[in-house]
Amino acid sequence: MAAQDGNGHRPPMAITVAGLTKNYGDIEAVRGIDFEVPVGETFGFLGPNGAGKSTTIKILCTLARPTSGSAWVAGHEVTSERDAVRRNIGLVFQDTTLDNYLTGAQNLRFHAALYSVPAAAVEPRMRQVLEMVGLWDRRDSLVMTYSGGMKRRLEIARGLLHAPHVLFLDEPTIGLDPQTRASIWEYINELKSREDITIFLTTHYMDEAEHCERIAIIDHGKIVAIDTPEALKASVGKDRVQIHTADDPAAIAELARDFGIEAAMHEGAVTFSVTAGEQFVPRLFGGLSVPIRAVSVSRPSLDDVFMSYTGTTIRDAEASGTDHMRQFAAAFRGRR
Amino acid sequence: MSMAAQTTTAVEPGDAAALAGNIRVSVPERSLRTDLRAVSIVWRRELIRFQRDRLRAVTALIQPLLFLLVLGTGLSSLARGSLPPGINFKTFIYPGVVAMSVLFTAIFSAASIVWDREFGFLREMLVAPVSRASIVIGKCLGGATIATLQGIVMLALAGLAGVPYNPVLLLTLVGEMLLLAFTLTAFGVMMAARITQFQAFMALTQMLVLPLFFLSGALYPLRGLPGWLGVLTRIDPLTYVVGPMRHAVISHLTLSPFAMQSLSPPITWLGWPVPILLSLGIVIAMGLAMMAIAIATFSKPE
Repeated sequence: MAAQDGNGHRPPMAITVAGLTKNYGDIEAVRGIDFEVPVGETFGFLGPNGAGKSTTIKILCTLARPTSGSAWVAGHEVTSERDAVRRNIGLVFQDTTLDNYLTGAQNLRFHAALYSVPAAAVEPRMRQVLEMVGLWDRRDSLVMTYSGGMKRRLEIARGLLHAPHVLFLDEPTIGLDPQTRASIWEYINELKSREDITIFLTTHYMDEAEHCERIAIIDHGKIVAIDTPEALKASVGKDRVQIHTADDPAAIAELARDFGIEAAMHEGAVTFSVTAGEQFVPRLFGGLSVPIRAVSVSRPSLDDVFMSYTGTTIRDAEASGTDHMRQFAAAFRGRR
Repeated sequence: MSMAAQTTTAVEPGDAAALAGNIRVSVPERSLRTDLRAVSIVWRRELIRFQRDRLRAVTALIQPLLFLLVLGTGLSSLARGSLPPGINFKTFIYPGVVAMSVLFTAIFSAASIVWDREFGFLREMLVAPVSRASIVIGKCLGGATIATLQGIVMLALAGLAGVPYNPVLLLTLVGEMLLLAFTLTAFGVMMAARITQFQAFMALTQMLVLPLFFLSGALYPLRGLPGWLGVLTRIDPLTYVVGPMRHAVISHLTLSPFAMQSLSPPITWLGWPVPILLSLGIVIAMGLAMMAIAIATFSKPE
């Protein structure tokens, strides 16, 4: 899978996953996935809720045992060398895992003690990570007084405190407003430039996946595509055109009959893919009998990549996946 | 693999260059030392939170004081006839009321595990490269410490119940409270390991706390009881601490040997008086057993 250098040596891998599956009762959350992440890469898992992202991250973090298959993180096997994996990873979960009744600094000192960070290194390292996320001035405030974005930043700082080789970020910006999301990404990008670290993140925001060097698209527990964002976009090739018309079903029928184009309703608009969208639109205005109210043409985005590999947009997948998710969440709660 | 080959050096304190650049931290292999550090930090967190939550410390005093001052005073005229001269009913129930304040605080501190689970902090502890045992032990010791501190506040009010401030007596009571607090916290932690919903946990403890208290002989001497009640008092673990605590209080009052015997009869098994040390040994053994169960529950992987 990974490229070999001139001498036939494979680059060192931060994460190796082979034939991994995980069942919760009858539900197959992960259905046989394989991938590798080289040291130093920022690797993203992209998929709708319930696709198996969080389950995979849990297995890699030793929080769940795989049903079959194996995984190595930072050179250690996740089930047989659990503690070794844990020493080498930092974790930022979707849900907050801070103690609201302690100050920011106390949360970090707690973490330092659990990870046995050498006593002399605790204070300087704490200062470094807190300054990195802009919370040094607020270190002695109780966490309960922090905003959502500050809490997430504190969790990132804490995840980095023991200088892990691999940092796992499970939906690092979920539930945050767009401005805060942007600032979290600034911190993550700065982190990449300062620390020698591999980042594994999951997201269901398409725009966030663009921050990754490589992306795996996961749907229904399987990896459907894995490559750089650019290569994935190039593989789609076509532009996406969305039109709002007076009679959408008629427009879809006409597109099929007169233009030979397969269109479908996505996000409330007639959506289809064509090469050279800008040149196509004038033809459309001339050729379509149904009045067009609005039109948009977009270059291939990861949305389109997702759509071309899974046949649905990520938002549609989430809407239809809600029932499945509930069932999954119920099964999972029963296991705790 | 190559990950291990990356060089890591601990930073020297006050090293300006290290502060300016990147601070390298190496996480050592898991050992007894790292586990002990985990026990200590989990324990310290309980103390920090107890210290911060003064309101809880004050409200935890209200119920025991109600029992001591309101119930104790109200019933003392009724009890006067049956108590030997030189002892007040408040003095009689004082050890039980102190045990009650320990009981409430210990169970409440164990409840924080359920709370931690609900708010996610438990996960921070469970993913750390330390044994789960060290987390559970730290939690039990932390709960034991704060419940004992709460009991010490009650000890400070000994004068209200006519109990002398005798150093030997106070130290004995502190030691006995510590055992009780540990066992009750271990009991709470054992339950919190299985009951994941806060509401359910609180409902269950509410259901258990008062029966434990009433069956312990905190409010009446353990003699001449009907058979069913006699059996129940003997299976209540609280009995095995309240008995020795009352014995300590009574033996520091100036009373006739007969009065002492009638106020603080030994706990008997089929007529055999259980020695105080065995009584306390039973309590600590139960605490250790329940802590072991809690450790086993938390150590099961998902």
